[in-house]
Amino acid sequence: MEEKEKFLKEYNNSLHRIGRITGVAIVVLLLAVPFLFGIVNHVSPDWGGVLSGFLKVGIIYVPVSIVEFLVYAPMLGVGGSYLSFITGNVTNMKIPCAMNARDIAETKPGTPEHEIISTISVATSAIVTTLVIVEGVILLVPLQPVLQNEVLLPAFDNVVPALFGALGLKYFLKSPKIAVIPLFLMSLLCVCVPEAINQTSILLLPSGGLALLIGYYLFKKDKL
Amino acid sequence: MNDYFKSVNSGVFYLIVACVVLFITIMCLVFLIKSYRAGIKIGMDKKILRKTITASATFTLLPSISILLGVIALSGTLGVPFSWLRLSVVGALQYELNAAEIAAQSIGLSGLKLGELSTGSFVTIALVMTLGILGGIICCIFFLKKYLNKVQTTPKKESDGKPGFGAHATTAMFVGLCAAYIGSYIGKAIPRDGADVMPLLVAIIAAICMAVFEFFIQKKGKTILENFSLAVSMLIAMVAAVGIGMII
Repeated sequence: MEEKEKFLKEYNNSLHRIGRITGVAIVVLLLAVPFLFGIVNHVSPDWGGVLSGFLKVGIIYVPVSIVEFLVYAPMLGVGGSYLSFITGNVTNMKIPCAMNARDIAETKPGTPEHEIISTISVATSAIVTTLVIVEGVILLVPLQPVLQNEVLLPAFDNVVPALFGALGLKYFLKSPKIAVIPLFLMSLLCVCVPEAINQTSILLLPSGGLALLIGYYLFKKDKL
Repeated sequence: MNDYFKSVNSGVFYLIVACVVLFITIMCLVFLIKSYRAGIKIGMDKKILRKTITASATFTLLPSISILLGVIALSGTLGVPFSWLRLSVVGALQYELNAAEIAAQSIGLSGLKLGELSTGSFVTIALVMTLGILGGIICCIFFLKKYLNKVQTTPKKESDGKPGFGAHATTAMFVGLCAAYIGSYIGKAIPRDGADVMPLLVAIIAAICMAVFEFFIQKKGKTILENFSLAVSMLIAMVAAVGIGMII
C-alpha cells in the first residue's frame, strides 16, 4: 500500500512538472497569436480597448474561472485538470467523459488507478475533439466563398442574439426567480434610455451584480 | 470587408494556429502515453486501459461535432483559423462570443458586426478574448499542486448535504449576463430612430428552438440532445435571420 502511495506521489509530481511547463508555454503561444497576426498584417492592438475590454470580460470570467478551478480540479485530478483547463469545454465534455471512464474502470477516488484513468480519459477526449475540428476545418476551407456571401451577412451579424436567445431560455428556466427582476429592469432601462442599448458590456455589471444579490438572498432564505 | 476576410482567413494565419493546436495535441499525447505506461507499471489490466481510451473517444465524438458547429457560427465574423483555435483550446462558444462582443464595444464598434470589423479591431478583440480566458490555466500553473494536496489530505467535514452558494453563483452570473443582452434587444426593437427588430426576432427563434430541445431533454429523457441544443438552436436562428433579412 505504501509503495502505491509513493508511486502516486511520484506520478503526480511528474504530471505537475509537465503540466506547469506546458501550461506556461501555452499561455505564451496563445498570447503570441494576436501579436503574430498583427505583425503579418502591420496592425497593432488598441491598448485602451484591450484594457477596457479585459476589465469588462475579466470581472465576469475571472471569478467564474476561479470557481470552476476550485470545484472541478478535485473531480479531475492532476493530469485531468491541466489538460481540461488548457483544452477547454470542461463542464460540457471533460468532466462527464472522465466520470464515465471511471465508472467503466470502477476505480476508487484517491487511488493511482483513479488518477490514471482520469488523465487517459481527458487526454483521449481532447485529442478526438482536435481531430474532429481539424477535419471540419479542412471541409470548411472550400466553403469560404459561400460563408462570405452577402446574403449570409444577417446570419453572422446576429450570432450574438442567437447565442443569448438560446442561452437565456436555458438559464431563465433554470433560475426563474433570479431572472425576473434583472430581465425586467434591463429591458425597462433599454426601452427608456436608448443610449444604453449599445452599451451591453457595461450593462452586464449591474445586471450580473443584481442577479448575484438576488441569488444570494434566495439562497440564504432557502428558496433556490 | 473582403480585405478583412482575406486577412483573418489567410494561409499564414492557418499555419500559426495549426502550430499551436499541434503543440497542444502533442501535450495531450504525452499525458496519455505517460499515464498508460504508469497504469501498466502498477499492474492495471491493459484491457481496462484500452477500454478507457475507446469509451472516452466514442463519448467525445458527438459533443465534438457540436463544437465544430460552433466553429462555423464563429467563423463568419472572426474567420476560420481563429475560431478553430478558440474552440480547440480553453474556451467554449458562450465565452468566446460574449468576450468578442464586449471587446468590439470597447473599441467603439456597435458590436461584433462584419461590416465594422477590420484587421486592427480583430487584433484587439483576439487579445481581449485570450486574456480573459487564461484564469483557469493560471490557477493550474500556480495553485493546482497546493490546492489538490490540501483537498486530498483534509478530512471532509460533516455537511448538511446542501451545496454552497458557489454552485448557484455561476448560474446567477449567467442569468444577469443574458438579462442584459435580451434587455438590449427589447430596447432596440422599440419603433424609433435606429430601431432594429432583427436581434430580438433572432433571439426569440433561438429561444423557441432551445425550448423544444429542453422539452425533449427534460421531459422525454433524451439527454444526448444536450450536446447539440445550443449550437443547433443558434444555427437555426441564424438561418432564420437570412430569411428575415430578405423580408425586412
